[in-house]
Amino acid sequence: MCHMKNLTRIMLVNLLIWLSLAVHAAKVTSNEFNPAISLILNGTYSQFSNDPDDYVIPGFALAEETGPGEEGFSLGESELTMSANIDDLFYGSFTAALTAEDSVEVEEAYIETVGLGKGVTIKAGRFYSGIGYLNSKHLHSWDFRDQPLVYRAMLGNQLADDGLQVRWLAPTEFYLEFGIEGYRGEGFPAGGAASDGKGSTTLFVHTGGDYNQSNSWLAGLSLVNAEALDRETGDPAEIFTGDSELVIADFVWKWAPNGNPKQTNFKLQVEYFMRSENGTYQGNPYDADQDGYYIQAIYQFIPRWRVGLRYDSLSADDPGLAFAGTALDTQGHDPERWSVMLDWSRTEYSRLRLQYNADDSGTESDSQLYLQYVMSLGSHGAHSF
Amino acid sequence: MKWIMFIALLLVSGYSYAQQQINVFACEPEWASLVQELAGDKANIYTATTAFQDPHHIEARPSLIAKVRRADLIVCTGSGLEVGWLPLLLRQSANPKVQPGQAGYFLAGDQVVRLEIPEKVDRSMGDVHAEGNPHVHLDPNRIAVIAEALSKRLVQLDPINKIFYEQRRKDFLAKWKTAIVKWQQQARLLEGVSIAVNHNSWVYLFEWLGIQQVAVLESRPGIPVSASYLAQLKHRLADVPVKMVIYAAYQNDRAAIWLGKEMNIPVVQLPYTVDGADNVVDLFSLFDVTIERLLRALEA
Repeated sequence: MCHMKNLTRIMLVNLLIWLSLAVHAAKVTSNEFNPAISLILNGTYSQFSNDPDDYVIPGFALAEETGPGEEGFSLGESELTMSANIDDLFYGSFTAALTAEDSVEVEEAYIETVGLGKGVTIKAGRFYSGIGYLNSKHLHSWDFRDQPLVYRAMLGNQLADDGLQVRWLAPTEFYLEFGIEGYRGEGFPAGGAASDGKGSTTLFVHTGGDYNQSNSWLAGLSLVNAEALDRETGDPAEIFTGDSELVIADFVWKWAPNGNPKQTNFKLQVEYFMRSENGTYQGNPYDADQDGYYIQAIYQFIPRWRVGLRYDSLSADDPGLAFAGTALDTQGHDPERWSVMLDWSRTEYSRLRLQYNADDSGTESDSQLYLQYVMSLGSHGAHSF
Repeated sequence: MKWIMFIALLLVSGYSYAQQQINVFACEPEWASLVQELAGDKANIYTATTAFQDPHHIEARPSLIAKVRRADLIVCTGSGLEVGWLPLLLRQSANPKVQPGQAGYFLAGDQVVRLEIPEKVDRSMGDVHAEGNPHVHLDPNRIAVIAEALSKRLVQLDPINKIFYEQRRKDFLAKWKTAIVKWQQQARLLEGVSIAVNHNSWVYLFEWLGIQQVAVLESRPGIPVSASYLAQLKHRLADVPVKMVIYAAYQNDRAAIWLGKEMNIPVVQLPYTVDGADNVVDLFSLFDVTIERLLRALEA
């Protein structure tokens, strides 16, 4: 373990030396032949009324490392991304993240076709799935410090895995895109790379457009079919083997006067998750449904300043007496959470955020306070919708 | 079943429509207007932004992705102006015709010499562009150069209509050159005049007309104006004969109005691009109105 850590440190140092050389060679300007490099620095000060090590959501078998995070000062996931067109047909992107455990993790590493034609785009490697609205968004573009409870409980924050994605953009006047993905089946809610390393598949459709010059929208429907083989939850681990099927409906509405978001803008975002898992949990036959949603609104009331409000709700079937005392025991509790945040950006590259959660996802209410910075340096980030 | 037929109909109509005209995606209204001058009804033009939007700060909205998917030609400024959204649109569109290097990819800024190319770029300097100041459309001489190149590109994409495009180019450039002479005569009084600006969008206009830019209200490009910096600026400008302060239709007017009041000089909103004022319907009226408003402020 110690040896592994040293190895990752050495790798990181090498990466940084290489990075500084690359940046020097490119004179900071975007050089067509060098990859665009962007580094996200992210850090948090957190204060909780409960011990985050005891965090559970009764009724939900959680993935590893899902919870409110560490207390006190901590480096959040800082990310390093390198991306470029490989040639006229391929684009490549690589994102390494420094995790809370001080190890380096490959978050995304993929290639993608560029201008293949007929509206088709193929992506291969490790990447965030295109399901839902928030799933493919990197941490620096989140509007809150943490993910909505539905993402935390049912996708282990975000679904990422090794696989292949094919998208087709319809040649319509409005936006209409279909996607299909096949994955290895390691990323939660899958586990254990079932079916010879072809353990999960997804399907999604997104559509959207402009209602008028000031208002735009995006909506989607996604399906995830994941096979779990000895998927572990908690410590000591509880084991689940079976199928996890998830449906996500998402909707985003954005408003900016005359379509100019610089002064003020508003964003309303809703996602609904409905999941059914069946198989064996700790050796007992298990078949139960869970659902949940979040709704959030972000308002930039003057340039640089934004406020946000979010409500999260989850609900799980009572799986029966056989599961009393396990993570699936709902204890008669319906998890919910309220969050408010205020953030300030000097430029689009820097952001400071204050967030408060009244978290009733566990049986005991928790007050969570976060003070966070998210800064990006290097190449100009993309303004995705 | 009905909705399947409806979608099929949409798809078919999309394809057949595309064959009659060149589908043009113009990032900004000035280029939509220029394509209109050069291609007339041979082009079906979609304009991605309006005069009331800041072309630096656009999101890759779903509607824009759908339009780039169907485009035969994109006409944008380049020089980093659309860096936050155009590359994303191009990647998501999966459209081979408009990728960099293809005939369907036209950047106006690349056709002309740009001003203010920095020796060194650092984000602490604000939103500066390594490729130079991108607001090239405010110099009519540069527009003429861009028009030549754009017209050639139209011929390349649609060779059957070569004669048509060449005739339109000749007609446009003849009218344009006459207009330039007229504007230069009208604007003689503006030569040497000192002006404060909200954002550094006017260097090409000022270079053409010999106007002196003495101050920028943003302390750094793209960073909102701060009260303390404005107070400093007022102090610094006390001994400078500033005749007016100008800002673009899409920009916040508060800082300009404050400085105008404090210094007792006219505050002028300029259209900046086509549709930026009621009577600005094309590139000709853009310069007509711009010069008229500057002259009116000078007389005030």
